[in-house]
Amino acid sequence: MSRLRITPWENSQRTVDDLYADMERRISAAPCGNCPVELTSAFLKLCLAQSCGKCVPCRIGLDRLSALLDQLLDGQGSQADLDTILRTAQSIVDSADCAIGFEAAQMVLDGYVAFQDDYLAHVTQGSCTANFKSVPCVELCPAHVDVPGYISLVGEERYDDAIRLIRKDNPFPSVCGLVCEHPCETHCRRTIVDSPLNIRGIKRFAVDHTSGPVPAPPRAKDTGKTVAIVGGGPSGLTAAYFLSLMGHKVTVFERKPKLGGMLRYGIPSYRLPGSYLDWDIDNILSTGVEVKLNCNVGSDVTMAQLREEYDSLYLAIGACLHKSLGIPGEEAEGVLSAIQLLDTTIRSVKPDFTGKDVVIVGGGNVAMDATRTSVRLGAKSVKCVYRRRISDMTALPEEIEGAMAEGCEVLPLKAPVRIETNEAGQVTGLVVQPQVIGEVRGGRPAPRKADQPEELIPCDVVLMAVGQVVDSKVFAQDGVPTKWDNIVTADDGSIPGMDGVFSGGDCVSGPATVILAIEAGKVAAASIDEYLGFHTDISANLEIPPAPFRLKGATGRVDLTEREASWRKNDFELMENCMSEQEMAQECSRCLRCDHYGHAGFKGGRLAKW
Amino acid sequence: MVTLTIDNRTVTVPAGTTILDAAAAVDIHIPTLCYLREINEVASCRICAVEVEGVDKLATACNTLVEDGMVVHTNTQRVRVTRKTNVELILSQHVDHCVTCVRSGNCSLQALSKAMNIQHVPFRNEATERPWDPTLPILRDSSKCIKCLRCVSVCDRVQSLGAWEVTGSGAHTTVRIHGGLRMNEANCALCGQCVVHCPVGALRERDDTETVFDALSDPTKEVVFQIAPAVRAAWGESLGLKPAQATEKRLAAAVRALGVRHVFDTTFSADLTIMEESSEFVARMTHPQESKLPQFTSCCPGWVRFVRKEYPEMTGHLSTAKSPQQMFGAIAKSYYAQQLGKEPKDIFCVSVMPCTAKKYEAAIPQVSDAADRDVDVVLTTRELDRMLQAMQINVAALPEEDFDSPLGRGSGAGVIFGVTGGVMEAALRTAYWKLTGANPPADAFQEIRGQKPWREASFTIGQTKLRLAVVSGLASARQLMDTLRAGQADYDFVEVMACPGGCSGGGGQPIHDGQDLSADRGSHLYQLDAESPIRFSHENPTIQALYRDYLEAPLSEKAHHLLHTDQREWTL
Repeated sequence: MSRLRITPWENSQRTVDDLYADMERRISAAPCGNCPVELTSAFLKLCLAQSCGKCVPCRIGLDRLSALLDQLLDGQGSQADLDTILRTAQSIVDSADCAIGFEAAQMVLDGYVAFQDDYLAHVTQGSCTANFKSVPCVELCPAHVDVPGYISLVGEERYDDAIRLIRKDNPFPSVCGLVCEHPCETHCRRTIVDSPLNIRGIKRFAVDHTSGPVPAPPRAKDTGKTVAIVGGGPSGLTAAYFLSLMGHKVTVFERKPKLGGMLRYGIPSYRLPGSYLDWDIDNILSTGVEVKLNCNVGSDVTMAQLREEYDSLYLAIGACLHKSLGIPGEEAEGVLSAIQLLDTTIRSVKPDFTGKDVVIVGGGNVAMDATRTSVRLGAKSVKCVYRRRISDMTALPEEIEGAMAEGCEVLPLKAPVRIETNEAGQVTGLVVQPQVIGEVRGGRPAPRKADQPEELIPCDVVLMAVGQVVDSKVFAQDGVPTKWDNIVTADDGSIPGMDGVFSGGDCVSGPATVILAIEAGKVAAASIDEYLGFHTDISANLEIPPAPFRLKGATGRVDLTEREASWRKNDFELMENCMSEQEMAQECSRCLRCDHYGHAGFKGGRLAKW
Repeated sequence: MVTLTIDNRTVTVPAGTTILDAAAAVDIHIPTLCYLREINEVASCRICAVEVEGVDKLATACNTLVEDGMVVHTNTQRVRVTRKTNVELILSQHVDHCVTCVRSGNCSLQALSKAMNIQHVPFRNEATERPWDPTLPILRDSSKCIKCLRCVSVCDRVQSLGAWEVTGSGAHTTVRIHGGLRMNEANCALCGQCVVHCPVGALRERDDTETVFDALSDPTKEVVFQIAPAVRAAWGESLGLKPAQATEKRLAAAVRALGVRHVFDTTFSADLTIMEESSEFVARMTHPQESKLPQFTSCCPGWVRFVRKEYPEMTGHLSTAKSPQQMFGAIAKSYYAQQLGKEPKDIFCVSVMPCTAKKYEAAIPQVSDAADRDVDVVLTTRELDRMLQAMQINVAALPEEDFDSPLGRGSGAGVIFGVTGGVMEAALRTAYWKLTGANPPADAFQEIRGQKPWREASFTIGQTKLRLAVVSGLASARQLMDTLRAGQADYDFVEVMACPGGCSGGGGQPIHDGQDLSADRGSHLYQLDAESPIRFSHENPTIQALYRDYLEAPLSEKAHHLLHTDQREWTL
């Protein structure tokens, strides 16, 4: 008889694994605004259930911690109990034998630091400051678009109404249907059942199936107030749209020949064709927004003049200056910034990369855009160099996969050292230093130098996609406060010390997503309206279909497909396919209608106006 | 129309009907607990669960709409067991001290538990005790709260105050005053609408009956009772009296049977309020430059709190006339004390009110002018009923008796103070007389009556055109105030009562779960007005004598001292 045997994978263990998988999905679909003490207590119970029970700190300590938290939750806790919680957690961190114990207690400590006010409220008021949020998708959408509302409208094939409802909070449904990073999907409650709804895909379907241009709602009565908006990107145009609907006279100053900002000059047309962008912009302009193109604030007109001539001012100048790495050889011929490449490509003077070896430096979405654009410009080979691992890249996973499918290579753990050139000053290659992934710092594993020699990646073109900064010098000279070139504002978008001047979008946050720029524009519109002495509501006045009481059982999520990689990589046409009507109907029916069921049934699932 | 089958019976109802209502249409009863029509349709208790063929889960009848061809079963084993389990779960978080509970016998949870034949709860009882200041007019016992969320919804939707909120999550989810404040510090009007909509004993009025019993047995005290107009329309409801038995005169006899020697009537001081308030209104109308229009009525302390807290800049629009309760207290401890040859401190003034906020009003230091406290104790209608029960008084067998003289006489105009629009109508009757020197027909202003929460009317009296509004319920009051603030409405006189339907629907009235009796009680008061020999406040002989012998004239110095108040100074 052999002394070893093959262990059968027991059914019971399989069930436990399934339960863990259910729990993982549930955790990832966590509602927003739960009581953090309650959650910590619940997490501790799970940790305790995983304890082998050998050691005192874990076996007894976690249990006592959990009991103390429950005491707090029952309104029976004191300041002394808080001290005991901290001391006990620290002792468990310091003395537990394995990670099951010390990581559990560390979680309590981290939670205590982050939610100190909540812990204190449990002692002083016997209750919690946490505030449960009804509808996860609406809450997590920075513009708070009424997601269940428009999904139900799309489900009833009321596409024009769906667009009207989206525009109540976001005037860029067409753009967002294609390129939004969809934070709304991250905590979709449907994940508890199977997987999140494809919310962006449903929005895209609505956009593609409207009866034509959907007219904007009527403007409010003319207020006689004027607002100047500097920058015709998503944030500026969002503010322009809402302010115009509120009855104010809005003028947008844009230094480029067309409106759209990074949406037009930073996103390749295979992801966002100009026609989709124009669809939204045409609607925004239809409300009577005036536009001054090719007008550079700072040289053609000064900020002081604008402040003089207009009742209020919104600075939404974006973050469009590229950063450099500061490595030798960056000034060589053949080194370009990624956004320069995208800009020139989009303005129809497409560079020809035929026969060229192209290397892209960076790991974000702009790096992927440059990578995939290079393929379409005919490059012989395209390599993306990144100093961390692929899983650390900030680009959306589908972008990375798409680029790879189109034949690009991603070279992780390579830090650029210098650019090699020939006698003519032209790029011949990028020298990189291999890295090894290291300790977690600030929540992210940091790379460090590997014990390996430098490598040369021969190439003709190097595209730098290592971030952008705000071109705020001119405004800073006029007194606009800045920090690391970003404009500094209060959370209502107002600039402290500059009456009537507001700012938002990438120029305040640094380079971020479209939907965050839209949020900033919406907040600014409300703030400017109030500043001008008004409180004009924005609403859509639509009847939302009632929630069905038969909810769909576990069903797979419809993922959007793309045109075949071997075809799409040859052109700049839109690569993503729309859902079919059949897919749309199924996907809409998966919505759990959190605007009706659960907490929303009590507090109401929507804000009909803002 | 939609046709469906419920318990093998075919039902045809309009689209948009709930299963609950469709079942009721064919006399099939589905139990509910958290449900309040149009106010709390949140289906949190899950007691109204029913089976729908073809659907895996049970559906909640209160908020599920009927569909064509739906087949519903309301009384299967699965439904019964689910309901029973849910009631048991609720009971495990509810202290079941039924024998000492103020709502015993009028508790929806108790009734459900009995109906479900629950004789044992298999779960450990873990009701949570949270501290509450026992001196507040409204008390909350968290160990009885079943988190049906009705209080939160009523306060949000009917009163637009949001004084209550849900806090915590999971098993520790509970209800508290918004932001963890004390009730009187919060946005709360103390109207008691949460109390009358609580299905159990978690919310109640502070019980002041023992203080009154003590005073009645104290030989040094002259206990004087005043009974508010709306009380007479509701007092018999929880005593098992038929409307024909629960007369005003039997109420007087019942209170006298408690040992009260001075059984008086707040309708008397309502007439006095009219004299002062209508004089003030005529003065404001004739001097529009220096006075604020519209004039707001001020007899509802819930409304006054609302104005002070949310529209403080409009406090000056409130009539400075005290409420009838406080005018009565001031007169009882001055004019009437003098008549009895007593000191104000020897008079113990008790008011019986349909209201919880009146407990607050009587305790405001700035509102008492004849003594430290012009009104010593405020009882709600419910507390009066409990006193009658505690004294084992067989009210049905009592012969009818009159109220005492002199402060027991009021006009029909005073009686309708208890219904929305009544103060306005009473004031108009007397304002007409002041402006023209003659009485109008007593029912000349009945256009202002009704149950719509915001009503408008305009009347021309002599040369003066009056634009009027009557509002009840604070959500409607908020709409009115926002409209006024935005300059989108223009009125001369506005009556506001915090409770829907006015004092008839007050937060101190007998509780009938899920039913709103304010309109019926209001009609009762209009009936009493119609039958009253005196229909005008200024024709009340006691009022006439009071001015002749003591106060001189409306708005006189003495009247100002005793009968008016500056609400801006009120302690909130």
